[in-house]
Amino acid sequence: MSILVNKDSKVIVQGFTGKEGTFHASQCIEYGTNVVGGVTPGKGGQIHLDKPVFNTVIEAVEKVKADTSLIFVPPAFAADAVMEAAEAGIKLIVCITEGIPISDMMIASKYVKKMNSRLIGPNCPGIITADEAKIGIMPGFIFKKGKVGLISKSGTLTYEAANQVVLAGLGISTAVGIGGDPIIGTTFIDLLELFEKDEDTEAIVMIGEIGGDLEIKAAEYIKENVTKPVVAFIAGQTAPKGKRMGHAGAIIAGSKGTAQEKMEALENAGAFVVKSPADIGKTIKEKIINN
Amino acid sequence: MNIHEYQAKEIFSKYSVPIPKGKMIENADDAVSAAKEIGGNIWAIKAQIHAGGRGKGGGVKLAKTLDEVKKYASEIIGMQLITHQTGAEGKLVKKIYIEGGIDIKNEFYLGVVLDRTSEMPVMMASTEGGVEIEKVAEESPEKIVKVAIDPLIGFNGFHARKLAFGMGLTPNQVKHFFKFAKALYAVYAENDASLIEINPLVLTGEDTFIALDGKMGFDDNALYRHKEISAMRDFDEEEATETEAGKYGLSYIKLDGNVACMVNGAGLAMSTMDIIKLEGGEPANFLDVGGSASAETVAKGFEIILQDKNVKSIFINIFGGIVRCDRIANGILEATKKTKVGVPLIVRLDGTNALEAAEILKKANIENIITASTLAEGAKKAVEAVKGV
Repeated sequence: MSILVNKDSKVIVQGFTGKEGTFHASQCIEYGTNVVGGVTPGKGGQIHLDKPVFNTVIEAVEKVKADTSLIFVPPAFAADAVMEAAEAGIKLIVCITEGIPISDMMIASKYVKKMNSRLIGPNCPGIITADEAKIGIMPGFIFKKGKVGLISKSGTLTYEAANQVVLAGLGISTAVGIGGDPIIGTTFIDLLELFEKDEDTEAIVMIGEIGGDLEIKAAEYIKENVTKPVVAFIAGQTAPKGKRMGHAGAIIAGSKGTAQEKMEALENAGAFVVKSPADIGKTIKEKIINN
Repeated sequence: MNIHEYQAKEIFSKYSVPIPKGKMIENADDAVSAAKEIGGNIWAIKAQIHAGGRGKGGGVKLAKTLDEVKKYASEIIGMQLITHQTGAEGKLVKKIYIEGGIDIKNEFYLGVVLDRTSEMPVMMASTEGGVEIEKVAEESPEKIVKVAIDPLIGFNGFHARKLAFGMGLTPNQVKHFFKFAKALYAVYAENDASLIEINPLVLTGEDTFIALDGKMGFDDNALYRHKEISAMRDFDEEEATETEAGKYGLSYIKLDGNVACMVNGAGLAMSTMDIIKLEGGEPANFLDVGGSASAETVAKGFEIILQDKNVKSIFINIFGGIVRCDRIANGILEATKKTKVGVPLIVRLDGTNALEAAEILKKANIENIITASTLAEGAKKAVEAVKGV
């Protein structure tokens, strides 16, 4: 078990033949991900990285039964690519692209939901189920197999957290980078629900940051529905108000979206909130032993 | 990206959102002729800076004669305007907007902003015109009416009615309000705005509406498809080092502390600031050099950090993934040759080939480079280094 992706996921890469797409697709293949092909409009019929290239997503669904898509399309065309995947019946869409206009994502996000697909990202490192499938840009070797589920808004901080979990003698079931944009397809709650049900996950690490209220919503959900230990860290405790901290969504608007209010809400919900990003590994170990 | 009031009003005007007659000038000598051109017998002289609270800081004056127009214009242009949003040093006023008087029956607040929860734009109105919406939300939230607008259907009559009746408007006023709000939504949607605020929105003696103020922000990700709006960017309103960093793909924000940091990835960069604080130090900045740190980006990072004279130590915290740490270590060494770093440099490289990287740094034997193997150790050493200086 694990969540959302495993060795049987049939993955296509949209933006397959571009520089980013080529590099990361080959890394995914090397990791063992079942990449069944790719899509680059106008290059259909070619073979790239020993896999077939298609002009459209629907063609890839029909010919190689793709059910998962990894998107490396440039920002101006990424929302279009997301909707194309949803329309073609792709069930899990992972969008790495950073810098997609918000108004494009408003429409794409609604459409994905309407088509009963799931979008992860955009502006995220992707998803990895240790030893089975890496659908994203993360360095796979850090994610040693184990029983900790990881949900994070950030890229390198996810690697840092996974590394700490592994150094603590534990490992990762599935790790998901949900992205740092104001509008993202999959939120903490969706994944908390999946990890709670997943037999292979014993505890959950969630990493949030300033801006928006997804962490507050997650806290409400944890209080009512999550029995597994949750260790939480919120980045940006020292961030000034009104400044965008790298991620498009990481901004304290007025007095809303501060790290402090999120940490408080999570603590009240029964999550174990660590103040220091260096304490994630050791805290999750303590909680698993106590559980 | 934000723009000035006069620029927002220029856009409003294109979409037939009513505004008072007005003119932007940069030279006080042009004030009287501008006032004459506008006409009437009362004029508002308004400082054009991005920060709010201009009125309270003395940046908005009401002139009843042309002599007063000249007087206030010369007072405001060139003043260092201090408001609750500018910081203690204030902001130099280079432009003013002169605006004709209007007949005010009542004042409201009207705004459009992205609501991240519903993933839709929300239009908000309040009967408390002229008061900061945040303050109203805190003290009397019942005075705010909101409607979420599904971008697939756009702005409709029912949206306007919900707001208008909530504002206590009469049926005749509701009609005028619909026209105004629909045009304003078009301004928002067609320009990829992230925020519009009209505070106050004025109800005139004829029961029509007019935007007495205008504030607009835009989605940076969408600027590429709005050339006219991109051209409205005012670099005087930005921190010069932040703009410079942006040119090199670095994301930098200056803070008040003395422990600088250079990190790959925004989340890790924020966390690095947090842990510096937890170790008893004060972060000097936020700096994300991007997922793949290279010798060039690191060198540029040093240059930007060192422009801040408060900096007493630099903590480089890089988690190498696809980019290997040994290459980053070489990059750092190369960068220190390009840019002289006169303060202790605490380097923590973790991830792919971390051990090789540590070896490279050790062998280089550079006096001010101190290595650390974990996040906590690095932060601690960076904070201690400041005390030693």
